[in-house]
Amino acid sequence: MNIDFIHRESFIELDARARAHSLLDAGTAREILGPFDRVESPWLLMQGVTPQADDGCVVMKGKIAGQAAVVIALEGAFQGGSMGEVSGAKLTAALDLACADCEKGRPTSAVMLLETGGVRLQEANLGLAAIAEIMASILALRKHAPVICVTAGTVGCFGGMSLAAGLSSYILLTREARLGLNGPEVIEQESGVDEFDSSDRALIWAIHGGEQRYATGLADALVEDDTQQVAEAVRQFVLKGVPLVHRSSQVSLYRERIAALDTSRQWDPMELRATWGKSGDEKEKR
Amino acid sequence: MEQIEFDYPAKRRVTGRAHVGVVGSGDLEVLLEPRDGNGAHVFIRTSVDGFRDTWKAVMDRFFSRYDGSVGIQINDAGATPGSVLLRLEQAVEVSER
Repeated sequence: MNIDFIHRESFIELDARARAHSLLDAGTAREILGPFDRVESPWLLMQGVTPQADDGCVVMKGKIAGQAAVVIALEGAFQGGSMGEVSGAKLTAALDLACADCEKGRPTSAVMLLETGGVRLQEANLGLAAIAEIMASILALRKHAPVICVTAGTVGCFGGMSLAAGLSSYILLTREARLGLNGPEVIEQESGVDEFDSSDRALIWAIHGGEQRYATGLADALVEDDTQQVAEAVRQFVLKGVPLVHRSSQVSLYRERIAALDTSRQWDPMELRATWGKSGDEKEKR
Repeated sequence: MEQIEFDYPAKRRVTGRAHVGVVGSGDLEVLLEPRDGNGAHVFIRTSVDGFRDTWKAVMDRFFSRYDGSVGIQINDAGATPGSVLLRLEQAVEVSER
């Protein structure tokens, strides 16, 4: 797990395009609807926001471990990686084309690199609709081939896209990553600072952090911020194929977990690890 | 949000294209590609209004050293003039690789 800090190649420091490229077998990557195709958001200009030529969504087709795969990477630096009409359509279409290939007898896995706050507020309902479509497409594809979610940081994966992550076959996180439905600032805004202090970084990572999510059985792999480690973990998931049971299909397990939780007192993150970390073994642990 | 366009005389034909940067706070995205006909054309969309003269100064400086007949599109999210010039130079480097 521990690698030389100086000699590692950070994954977090890569932009979306370089991240997608780094996961595909050398020489196989081909970008679809790249920046020069200029398929950008038509809604941002109207609201005085500068659009990006690829709408912050990079789609790359190629091979992983010698098998056909598509990588979809969201650019966290552009509008917080938010999902708009165009970026959502690119992600949905990539998943649907992978699904169509699977049905034609050409298994194609999908890797989603999610650095996103969820719906792009400037595109409101279109973003919500896009996320509903993405979730439907994940459910269709994951029957045939694994859908792998990678959240490395620093944005994390929140809002509607955390639901998309939840539906994926495998979730891969780093210690720097955060994964949750409502982000810390949203919780503080809605329920007050007593409920969640969004300036308390230790608290945030104790709840949403990659290490905690992995330790409570809500993620399948925890890797260092190292490009080779991330790529190797993704390769292993591709080779593993579709899991016997998807996490999101284990409804009774999670219902029982929540029902058994005594909410009359405050639980701390380490207690949750001890309680939940061991009860999720229905699925084979890595 | 402001849109600005400039034209510069340029004779040298170029073949490569380049995409660098991201439309993130304090940064910008540059798309540089070969352009038919004589002259370079620059199309800028910036989130910060009222800096046309500054953009002109940066572009004048860039084209005092670069003579490629290219189309340049810039999507800017409040980059400083220094960052703009560095991104432009990076785009040239990538396009000539």
